[in-house]
Amino acid sequence: MSLTNELIQQRLTEKFGGQLTGWSLPYGMLTFTGPKELNLKVLQFLYDDAELKFQFLTDLQAVHYPDSIGAELAVVYHLHNLTDNIRIRFKVFTDIKTPDVYSATALYASANFMERETYDFFGVNFMGHPNLIRILNVEEMDYFPMRKEFPLEDQSRVDKDDEMFGRG
Amino acid sequence: MSDHILLPEGSIEKLTTTLNLGPTHPATHGVFQNILELDGERVMSAVSTVGYIHRAFEKLAERRPLYQITPLTDRMNYCSSPINNMGWHITCERLLGITLPKRVDYLRIIIMELSRISDHLICNSIVGVDSGAFSGFLYLMQFRELIYEIYEEVCGSRLTTNIGRIGGFERNFTKKAFEKLDQFLATYPAQLKEFEKLFTRNRIFMERTIGCGPISAERALNYGFTGPNLRATGVDYDVRIHTPYSSYDDFKFEIPVGTTGDCYDRFLVRNEEMWQSISLIEQAYAKVKEFTGAEAEVFHADVPSYYLPEKKDVYTKMEALIYHFKIIMGETDIPAGELYSSIEGANGELGFYLISDGGRTPYRLHFRRPCFIYYQAYPELIKGGMLSDAVITMSSLNLIAGELDA
Repeated sequence: MSLTNELIQQRLTEKFGGQLTGWSLPYGMLTFTGPKELNLKVLQFLYDDAELKFQFLTDLQAVHYPDSIGAELAVVYHLHNLTDNIRIRFKVFTDIKTPDVYSATALYASANFMERETYDFFGVNFMGHPNLIRILNVEEMDYFPMRKEFPLEDQSRVDKDDEMFGRG
Repeated sequence: MSDHILLPEGSIEKLTTTLNLGPTHPATHGVFQNILELDGERVMSAVSTVGYIHRAFEKLAERRPLYQITPLTDRMNYCSSPINNMGWHITCERLLGITLPKRVDYLRIIIMELSRISDHLICNSIVGVDSGAFSGFLYLMQFRELIYEIYEEVCGSRLTTNIGRIGGFERNFTKKAFEKLDQFLATYPAQLKEFEKLFTRNRIFMERTIGCGPISAERALNYGFTGPNLRATGVDYDVRIHTPYSSYDDFKFEIPVGTTGDCYDRFLVRNEEMWQSISLIEQAYAKVKEFTGAEAEVFHADVPSYYLPEKKDVYTKMEALIYHFKIIMGETDIPAGELYSSIEGANGELGFYLISDGGRTPYRLHFRRPCFIYYQAYPELIKGGMLSDAVITMSSLNLIAGELDA
């Protein structure tokens, strides 16, 4: 029996009720959002459930939305059920002032580096991570460079007064 | 007990030796640092440090139009940059909803499989070098050169290729490119056969690699292994089969798997994958030859807003000039959307997580680099083994520093 997006949504709604929201299907991948306190419960349920079996953590990263006050950081999990070959995307949003999210390292050994990377670039504090230190950047760094308040110069900016090429 | 050295209470001496393997050590094939705790020659524990060549690709990508991100992907797995390039193009095409002509898909398969071969042959022959056998490396290296010459004919560069464009290739394959491909297909199998003769049943090599750096399928999955390293443990996961892209489903090929996930199995899996790649190239090449008339000249899809027009049109046609200008200046808006797209890189699942808010550049782009994810298993793989096994395990994992650090 193969698993379908509808079935996954149904199973999760049965278990968590209205706590999971934002169901959508961008480019065919089932995407939903949960409260950050529940992230481990949802991941564990997806892992253990005999039908769902989302036991492979493909990817984990964060996205910064500076304009959505109170939910600036999104931690995004991409999970893969290898037996039925179906992927889902699970997001939790967190406030940037207290970016505390439970660590998934106990469930997935692969989350170790990925959470360190996410901490390094976005400052998400993964509670329960065994070794949450910077990974790609230098230890002395005191900011989180992937946040949107550190812009690079926009190569396609429109405000540039450039007589030669007629922009602005 | 009596012949063991006992340290006095409060001594700053310790019974184990700390060894810095790397960051720049010839045995590490790249900028990797591992702080090993050794008891004699046995590895007690290891701490890996990564990030020595971190270049902030994800940040850079947030300020670049799509086509300017391709050169960034080159520099991830630089042993097989065409696969990265194609992966990025395929991601963009999925986002933009572009379907490619079959001929382009097949040409892409030829290029991707060639680069898979060039990646695997480096990895496998380096495993040979690290176990003390240099000849295999010497024999296969000339074929990497030949593969690079094919790239050169197709796109003009060798290592960091920036090959292809969104929607196809920048130009059609030349006659010379096909000649070189013929030459490769005619000569490489015999050489690979000889390489296998040198290694596969070689007593010294087998004793050196069997049981060295093993991992079980469960642990490998938990550690997020993909690609040949996962398949060596016996899991037949391959993105080319599971989520076909670029018309891989038009062809017949097999996914080799191992059983124990040790260095020897990884070596065998990579070797067999090279044979499968040769077969894929032959099949794709045969299909490319079947096209006739105008179809035989197709090398890109019709997507004027993303695919650069021909230079002679730019000088003579208004429309082409406008598109050229808009593409070069990065003034094309990307449709808003959120997409995870992955391909089978030489090391495993190479994923691109792209969020676009409708602007000219990605809002967020994350690269799922297979190396980065499976490297965290390295301390577990080498624990309890000999120091020399740690070196050979590293090379058989095919760690690429550029991919690790992005």
